[in-house]
Amino acid sequence: MTSRLRGRPLVRTSYAQDMALLNTPAKRRSTIALIVVSFLIPFMVTDDLLLVLTLGMISAVGAIGLNLVTGYAGQVSLGHAFFIGLGAYTGAVLGGDTDAAVTGYGLPIYVWLPAAGVVAAVAGLLVGPIAVRLRGLYLAIVTLGLVFLGDHIFREARTLTGGPGVGRRGPDLVIFGIDMGESGVVLGLDLAREQRQFLMALVFLIIFAVLGRNIARSGVGRAFSAIRDRDVAAAVIGVDLTKYKVMAFAMSSFFAGVTGALYYAVVGVFEPSAFGLLLSVQYLAMILIGGVATISGAIMGAIFISSLGRISGEIAHVLPFISESSGSGGLLSVFQLEAILYGVLIIVFLIFEPRGLFGIWTRVRNYWKGWPFSY
Amino acid sequence: MTDFLQAIVNGFSQGSIYALLALGYVMIYKATRVISFAQPALMIVGGLFSYHFTSELGLPFWVGMALGIVCGAVVGMIVERLALRPMLGKPVFTLAIITIGVDIVLRIISNRYIGVQSRIIDYPNGSDRVSVGGVSISQQRIGLIAVTTVAVIALALFFRYSRTGLAMRATALDQETALAQGIRVGAVFALAWAIAGGLAAIAGTFVAAGNAGIEQTSWIIALKALPAIIIGGLDSVQGAVIGGLAVGIVEALTATFQPDVAPWLGANFSLVAPYALMFVVLLVRPYGLFGTKEVERV
Repeated sequence: MTSRLRGRPLVRTSYAQDMALLNTPAKRRSTIALIVVSFLIPFMVTDDLLLVLTLGMISAVGAIGLNLVTGYAGQVSLGHAFFIGLGAYTGAVLGGDTDAAVTGYGLPIYVWLPAAGVVAAVAGLLVGPIAVRLRGLYLAIVTLGLVFLGDHIFREARTLTGGPGVGRRGPDLVIFGIDMGESGVVLGLDLAREQRQFLMALVFLIIFAVLGRNIARSGVGRAFSAIRDRDVAAAVIGVDLTKYKVMAFAMSSFFAGVTGALYYAVVGVFEPSAFGLLLSVQYLAMILIGGVATISGAIMGAIFISSLGRISGEIAHVLPFISESSGSGGLLSVFQLEAILYGVLIIVFLIFEPRGLFGIWTRVRNYWKGWPFSY
Repeated sequence: MTDFLQAIVNGFSQGSIYALLALGYVMIYKATRVISFAQPALMIVGGLFSYHFTSELGLPFWVGMALGIVCGAVVGMIVERLALRPMLGKPVFTLAIITIGVDIVLRIISNRYIGVQSRIIDYPNGSDRVSVGGVSISQQRIGLIAVTTVAVIALALFFRYSRTGLAMRATALDQETALAQGIRVGAVFALAWAIAGGLAAIAGTFVAAGNAGIEQTSWIIALKALPAIIIGGLDSVQGAVIGGLAVGIVEALTATFQPDVAPWLGANFSLVAPYALMFVVLLVRPYGLFGTKEVERV
């Protein structure tokens, strides 16, 4: 039944084949090639670029999470920053060290990383029921309110967060006895800090990307899509709206929590103002620019948006009217250029390429697939 | 008791700013079914135009404000034409996200203008206070309440009696039918954004005329009008006004009493009190106090 026809790789003889993780030979080969190349990157690229890519890959985990709730299930969430913040602080409190200002329990990563995800997921479970009562833009504004309430809580809980302007350190990254914050020989390879962190982030990204893809292609994912496309119709064909909307929020928040804990473990010191509305907008930008309701799109978008700071720095070298400090010289500073690029890119992509980077990729692929014909 | 009344008066005047902004949100929502997250930027831009006309060019306050309103309205129309008209018929979520992009761009540009100092407009005799029975209010706030009242009444009359107002109401009810009746729906959209831009400019002017003036962080004020429209109901004009005033009063009451009554909520809880109020209202009434319930058709 599941036999394949020789020489006809695109013919599928069963539903399972159609829904497989990598359902075409081309996808199989290119994915393997991509993973191999990714593992070689840390040995070819300079350390400062590696850090940018590392943070991009960790953000990608959160972007996949947001894509589950906003892209697949169609529930607009501006509250992603709140869940990321919850994860970051859970990780920092459980995995960090106690000092004069803040508490920390110094637990290993096997405890704080899952805990960060679970705490955020529980918060998502609590928000879920509100989401069930509300639709569309009402939900967007309520989740926006969540960010402001969260911001207030993070500011006030000084023994946990360090408070505004002070902040605290993230947890220590030690996996299997290997400290990601130090350089040295691992398994016969001399790895610098950035190389270790890059490889760690890559492994986590692969795990969560496969997890996300599996959720999306399973019955749960199809229930999400049904709710997004028409919730009344979904309810009529037997999709339990309450259950699946709550699930979408909980799953997405789990991803967000993991991202928060890992991201700030790599960054080091962070303070409550990091989890404002801008962070939520950045994550929305990641999935909109990358491609809504695609896992690979979310990854592309996350890496692209995370590199935007670096890209605008490079632009500043080239264009004389952009100053490289935050002072008042020049027409725009680097930070302002970065922020303006978010805005402009969101507008341009939504107007001209609503399917994002993934859409561009699809068009390029289809051009060569159909070559020399145009369709 | 005096504290209480003073808080109510302060809240009422601050609430007038929220009400003006909330009216702008509702205008745009009713016409295009989109929540414009660009309102904070429109408020700042409008306020800065007024600032430029009065403090930099030396025009009298009211003339400067009138010019500021016109400029705010024009900016609103430009935003609608460039960023939103091409997306007509796309999902409202997409349009809402585009307005976030517009907001970021406009705010960065205006931050360039603001710089590090705060931009303050001189209101004629603005800091003189009128006092009645221990409760006092500044001239500037009286002006704000008066302008808000005039704006609300003018809008109500406009919608009730003018042909254009009727066209706007028809478009809000059903775009296709309105189009079939010969209403230029595109012009209605532009007008809705112009009105919203003008209202935001009034709010911005009075923010700039307040004690703190316009700073790079002042845009947060406009986001507090979002709980106001949710509390009032997204598509209700009187809901926007009542919601805005309610948010202002709740904020002022929390600022006065929360440090003594419930200190465990932390400093500056009043800043997020509107959002807390919004959660409570939504749990009881998911479509706000005056919003129309959505009817599901299969």
